[in-house]
Amino acid sequence: MTYEFDWSSIPGALPFLWDGMKISLVITAQAVVIGIVWGTLLAMMRLSSVKPLSWFAAGYVNLFRAVPLVMVLLWFFLIVPEFVGQLFNIPKGTDLRLSSAMAGFALFEAAYYSEIIRAGIQSVPKGQISAASALGMNYAQAMRLVVLPQAFRNMVPLLLTQAIILFQDTSLVYVSALADFFGAAYKVGDRDGRLVEMLLFAGAVYFVICFSASQIVKRLQKKYTPA
Amino acid sequence: MGYQWNWGVFLQSSASGDDTYLGWMFAGFKMTIALSLTAWVLALLLGALVGVLRTVPNKTLAGIATAYVELFRNVPLLVQLFIWYFVLPELLPTSIGDAYKQSNPVLQQFLASMVCLGLFTSARVAEQVRAGINSLPRGQKNAGLALGFTLPQTYRYVMLPMAFRLVVPPLTSEFLNIFKNSAVCSTIGLLELAAQGRQLVDYTAQPYESFIAVTLSYIIINVTVMTLMHRFEKRIAVPGYIGGK
Repeated sequence: MTYEFDWSSIPGALPFLWDGMKISLVITAQAVVIGIVWGTLLAMMRLSSVKPLSWFAAGYVNLFRAVPLVMVLLWFFLIVPEFVGQLFNIPKGTDLRLSSAMAGFALFEAAYYSEIIRAGIQSVPKGQISAASALGMNYAQAMRLVVLPQAFRNMVPLLLTQAIILFQDTSLVYVSALADFFGAAYKVGDRDGRLVEMLLFAGAVYFVICFSASQIVKRLQKKYTPA
Repeated sequence: MGYQWNWGVFLQSSASGDDTYLGWMFAGFKMTIALSLTAWVLALLLGALVGVLRTVPNKTLAGIATAYVELFRNVPLLVQLFIWYFVLPELLPTSIGDAYKQSNPVLQQFLASMVCLGLFTSARVAEQVRAGINSLPRGQKNAGLALGFTLPQTYRYVMLPMAFRLVVPPLTSEFLNIFKNSAVCSTIGLLELAAQGRQLVDYTAQPYESFIAVTLSYIIINVTVMTLMHRFEKRIAVPGYIGGK
């Protein structure tokens, strides 16, 4: 006797699964955007000559990189909402799970993005900054107009690869029982007694999305790498 | 704010009566270490093998190795863990599956976690090993073959001894990751550090102390591993290479 597969619960569950996928994508998208913006600021602080700023950025990045994402998410689900709720007098029972998840992911990913961006900024030759200041630009102008555009061009593949990893990591909102794509698949499987099929299906969907995305990134990388 | 800080809570005897809450944390700490180290051994062995196979001229072997890496890199760790834990026992022949499901539940959780973390990490290790082998000057392989070594001998005596030393620094970050990733295993009920942290919140009603203690434990693990690996990296660095003497 071997296991008899029954895939019949998937078609009916597709709208529910799609709702979950939208949550996964929204969390990914906003964490990528906020992560890159906050990560750029952190990277610039880290490289700045103002010591307290650079210490703060180093402390922030090292702290978040030393702690598991699951632990950060648990902080944001179990502790931060209560704290923020008391601070701003938000009525108890308000569902803060999605906003907590988003905040947790954005702050966590910013630490990883800042390391990628720092390496990108450092890969721009020093002469570029000297040339910019010789042209009369101040530091902020040199960064914005000369260094960052070049740095970002070099970093695009790495930033996208990190986004794929982030998309996979969004499945961890499972710890808050938020119905992202994986949470939705698990719920359907649990309800219908078809956990085996639903988990394999979820794995296959993630594989197709992430594999295709990583192939596209590879092509971009080939196209943009100077020969 | 009205929050009553109470760090003494860790010394109180726990709900089960035979231990303190500090004891619970320490049990979780030991579980995290045991799980991560055993999974790391598995990841190194499999990752080295798959990484080498990706560089061999035989297209079939290299293809299988590439498929292995892509499979484990493109499915989220949590999904992989649930497949190992919930799906695999169902797919085994009934007699073996039933025997497995009747075994010690902690053993089942630990085995699923270890195999899952080990294979997940092995795909990343394989990529580093492959990069290490590819970073060797091509002349090394040609010189080995010209001296009459067979291809396996060239790998064994010429390329791998160099490549394995070169990949130690990038492997350090994978080693750090395996400790962090082990926290995912709390989702199937394995009582490692993160799971003990959640339990502490439920039992002690002192969420801040519990989470701060668990977070600090992860930071301590991280710093310890980094310090040890830094020493090891220095000893093993190849003279003449960046990072070497």
